[in-house]
Amino acid sequence: MNDHETTEPGQDGQGAALVPAASHDHETLPASLVTDPDHFANPGLPPHVHRAADDYPAAAKRAERQVATMFGLSMLFTLVFLVSYFAIPDEATFFFPGIGLAKTQNVVLGLSLGFAIFLIGIGAVHWAKTLMSDVEMVEERHAQASTPEQRAKAVTTVSEGVASTQVNRRPLIKYSLGGALGLFALPLGLQVAGSLGPVNVEELKHTIWDPKDNGGKPIRLMRDPEMTPIRLDEVTNGSVFHVMPETLQKYIDEGKGVLEAKAKAAVILMRLDPDLITVPKAKDWGVDGVLAYSKICTHVGCAVGLYEQQTHHLLCPCHQSTFDVTQDCKVIFGPARRPLPQLKIIVDDAGYLVAPQGFMEPVGPSFWERAR
Amino acid sequence: MSTIHESRPADALRAGDRQADERASAQKPLGGIAGWMDDRLGAAKGVSFLAKKVFPDHWSFMLGEIAMYSMIICLLTGAFLTFWFVPSASPVVYDGSYVPLQGVTMSDAYRSTLGISFDIRGGLLIRQIHHWAALIFVVSVFVHMARVFFTGAFRKPREINWVFGTILSMLAAIEGFAGYSLPDDLLSGTGIRAMNGFVQSVPIIGSYMAYFIFGGAFPGEAIIPRLYSAHVLLIPAILVGLFTAHILLVFVHKHTQFPGPGRTNRNVVGYPLLPVYIAKAGGFFFIVFGVIALISAVVTINPIWAYGPYDPSAITAGSQPDWYMGFADGALRLLPGWLEFETFGFTWSMNIFPGSILLLPIMWGIIGAYPFVEAWVTGDKREHHLLDRPRNAPTRTAIGVAGISMYLVLFLAAGNDIMAIKLHLSINDITQVLRLLFFVAPVVTFWITKRICLSLQRADRQKVLHGRETGTIWRYADGRFEEIHAPLTPEERWPLVQHESLAPLQLSVTKDANGVDNPVSRKQRRRARFSHFYFNDRVAPPTPAELEAEHHAHEHVAAPTGEHEAIEAAGAAQERETIKADKHRG
Amino acid sequence: MNALAARRRHPAAIAVLLLLGLLVTGGAYSFLAPKDAKAAAPTAAADAVAQGKDLFVANCATCHGVQAQGTKSGPSLVGVGAASVDFQVGTGRMPLPGPNIQAPKNKVKFDDEQIAALAAYVAQLGPGPSVPDSKYTTVLQPGTTENNKAIAEGGEIFRVNCAMCHNFAGAGGALTRGKYAPSLQETSPRHIYEAMVTGPQSMPVFNDMNLSPEAKQKVISYLKAQEAETNVGGLTLGNLGPVSEGLFAWVFGLGILIGCAVWLGKKAA
Repeated sequence: MNDHETTEPGQDGQGAALVPAASHDHETLPASLVTDPDHFANPGLPPHVHRAADDYPAAAKRAERQVATMFGLSMLFTLVFLVSYFAIPDEATFFFPGIGLAKTQNVVLGLSLGFAIFLIGIGAVHWAKTLMSDVEMVEERHAQASTPEQRAKAVTTVSEGVASTQVNRRPLIKYSLGGALGLFALPLGLQVAGSLGPVNVEELKHTIWDPKDNGGKPIRLMRDPEMTPIRLDEVTNGSVFHVMPETLQKYIDEGKGVLEAKAKAAVILMRLDPDLITVPKAKDWGVDGVLAYSKICTHVGCAVGLYEQQTHHLLCPCHQSTFDVTQDCKVIFGPARRPLPQLKIIVDDAGYLVAPQGFMEPVGPSFWERAR
Repeated sequence: MSTIHESRPADALRAGDRQADERASAQKPLGGIAGWMDDRLGAAKGVSFLAKKVFPDHWSFMLGEIAMYSMIICLLTGAFLTFWFVPSASPVVYDGSYVPLQGVTMSDAYRSTLGISFDIRGGLLIRQIHHWAALIFVVSVFVHMARVFFTGAFRKPREINWVFGTILSMLAAIEGFAGYSLPDDLLSGTGIRAMNGFVQSVPIIGSYMAYFIFGGAFPGEAIIPRLYSAHVLLIPAILVGLFTAHILLVFVHKHTQFPGPGRTNRNVVGYPLLPVYIAKAGGFFFIVFGVIALISAVVTINPIWAYGPYDPSAITAGSQPDWYMGFADGALRLLPGWLEFETFGFTWSMNIFPGSILLLPIMWGIIGAYPFVEAWVTGDKREHHLLDRPRNAPTRTAIGVAGISMYLVLFLAAGNDIMAIKLHLSINDITQVLRLLFFVAPVVTFWITKRICLSLQRADRQKVLHGRETGTIWRYADGRFEEIHAPLTPEERWPLVQHESLAPLQLSVTKDANGVDNPVSRKQRRRARFSHFYFNDRVAPPTPAELEAEHHAHEHVAAPTGEHEAIEAAGAAQERETIKADKHRG
Repeated sequence: MNALAARRRHPAAIAVLLLLGLLVTGGAYSFLAPKDAKAAAPTAAADAVAQGKDLFVANCATCHGVQAQGTKSGPSLVGVGAASVDFQVGTGRMPLPGPNIQAPKNKVKFDDEQIAALAAYVAQLGPGPSVPDSKYTTVLQPGTTENNKAIAEGGEIFRVNCAMCHNFAGAGGALTRGKYAPSLQETSPRHIYEAMVTGPQSMPVFNDMNLSPEAKQKVISYLKAQEAETNVGGLTLGNLGPVSEGLFAWVFGLGILIGCAVWLGKKAA
């Protein structure tokens, strides 16, 4: 058959063809099994070796008992599950070596279910291995491709059918059909795409630190999650505070949009020796070495919460972007590209830390329109 | 089809059976239910056809079954979970039985998952079975894919099945990602945040895509229900459809088999579906289910109650996705930040976009295309039903190992912080080393693997030509010591010599009669170069002529004593007999 | 030939010999290994501060300076407070045995009286955080509504302030350049409090104005409740998240199943 032959020369056209320099075809077994010096011959199926259960009735009986035991144990474990489901109280615990204090119900239900099922499996497999016939059978393969006659018949049937549609003689139908079929899915696609969600990309540039959200007044920095305001003298050297704006409170009270607001408003506040800060703007936007930066990583948006007190580095645990607080949170390692945006803070009359102007650039991960 | 039914001594157990009348049974009408079904479906022919189907036996053929069964277990336990899981991100206050979260505001999805874990009897068990089965599903898919690759089972006529399998593996990983994100806990929520970040990073349409997918600003209340639809409805439908087609094709093409005595490219040697394969494969389903259930009884997975509900301002150290998404997370850790740049105020995040969104289709695209590339390079258009031993296709095996090494570098990068604390290393150093290894490892592993394959092939040649080392040392009268080599039996020898050693495709005519260069297309030249790369350094299997020559050479050397061959033959025969005796003992 | 000699060529013989060798050498080492040098015994002094000063000069001055003013090897201890000493010495971090990326938890070298003396000495060098009142280091046990609420609040505070370094279960996490946030498991409530309030090494300071003493108590109670709670799902695999779960699935899950598959394919006896 065609399929078993080697590449035919000339198949690649253009006269000069790629041909295998040497190839063997082992499919056709030579008539004589031993005389072809170029190929070894397939020795054929080895003789069947009996198993113990084939030869000795006692072994077969033993195998039968083993299989039956496994199935029987499975039934037993099922029973254990059924009883335990009702009998074991929810709060029961016991000491399981390795786990420590374990929940009895979970362990017992799980082990009994597991063994009940597992034993059926190994019982069935053991049965097949020991008792079912393990004489190897041989099934012939047919070439995957249809015979030339079948192909010809198919070609004829199809071309007759196509001819009867007259589509090739009637191009108007052909093209309008193509158009209709090509377009009909668009309404469905449009409904989904158009209604998937409000698209308000400008919102990405806005956070609730914007004083416009607070009637133009500076916004107090609040502890997260307690939502209590922070005084300057509470922030001692080496401290870190996790901060939210006071404008978050109205979202919390309404119970709507809390996480969406938090996802852009998270801020981290640290105090370090002001002499260590090398960038003048960073120092100006802080108070006596107290600096506030966006906690949302500029890589893909995880919370950059790890502040190393001695090195003054902020580390993001997701992909290890590292920001140097003494250099205005410049990226010193990792896949982030841009430094964390800084939030300018001042002290209000009552001694609390407030943000007078919000973020001066979009926080969080980059997006196409970010710099426009 | 030839079968050899020997009468076995154990058949004596059936002496008391009523003898069935052979002739009558051939014409006996089908009774009962079977008859009722056949009257309506005409299934008798199909049943007898299927029952006789032969499947070859090898443990590595079970890997695909592990995948199939774990998927079924996921479908089953997943259906259970849908009765209690609430796919809603609306905030609620927890008042269930888990004390450390009482009074905490969380999404309804998280609350319902806590309910399944603590307040539904057996719920935690079902949840753990579901998640462990999912992990084992993807593990076995990858290992199965590797087995198919390294044995060349993707060659004609199975290219379509390879493509289906590639799509299945990609969908399996995405399905898993959707699944573990449903409980909306701190860890998986961080993963969703990262997903939002990389969708946003897509040039031109990224911010719109992010708003589309999330139905508004991150996190929004749409993503959990949408992931739920994808996880429970859309992707399982495609998975079930594709894997049905995948199995059907295996039936149509019949399973491949490893080369061995009696096995040719034109047959399948093994055991019939009924009863052996139904028992073994069916039994294996219970084994897989049982093992997964046993693991779920005693090993915690995804303790969402300890992570807490998702909050964008909180995060845990050691934030990783489930293992099968590790390679993408690792890619994000390794890609350096300077790849992002701005032009005319537009941001191109080439540190995020290629490593996340593009990486999946690129990787799976390369994998899916491989059979066609190899077919083009080798020019091999024949059907292949006999598997390759990986050593006999050294370039393919080396390419596979090189690819796996690149994958592993990315995968290990995702665990760099865990490695740092457990192995007392610096995450910065680990990251830099892995960045270098991404480029160096594939080259090195390619070269090493190819060399190993070629050495193994040479070792096989030696074994055929010189026989098996027996460890028995003979001392000859003239004082010589020699280790006896037992010649291989034809059955032992066959797997070592049956493979073919394809030579590179060559341009047949480079110059015509007048010495003018043939204007062969660039494509042909390129193809010849690839083919050369692919088949260069090949080790041909020994031929009978070579074996004869080797024996003659031996004889000449051993001529003085003349006993050499006799001893060899005797020693070898003895060994074979002893082995046989042991087998039959008991 | 006796039974042992008859089995001398058994394939397991090598394994047994190796095991025996390992056990003997390991056991001999632990038996004979030099014990840690005893801490220098203080001369008898009635005053705790005086005793502390003696201990300090004998054990700490090399790196921290004779007046605790600091040297190239160790920082100044003026103003670190008794809490720092109680934490560092009480967890065995100090005296630091040798140069290291950071001071790891270690065997405690002094007894409680000596630690208190050292703390008293350092405390009088300059004002700093003192050892917390036991009122705030008592672990609130779950059971009452009030305690349950406190534990839940402690969890919320922990997740915002602590989990990013120490991991959700306090199992520890990586910092840059080989530094790490250690595991919080098996650390006493008092030491956890003191670490929060003094901010040792890379850890930032969580003073009592940031996290009030009550808040710290809630955090500690949450941690201890997590440690003591039933492991409902089974083995926790170190509470390290998906990495250990994936490793387990590959090694044990796949391993067991491949083992079963190999058994399935083998010919029966």
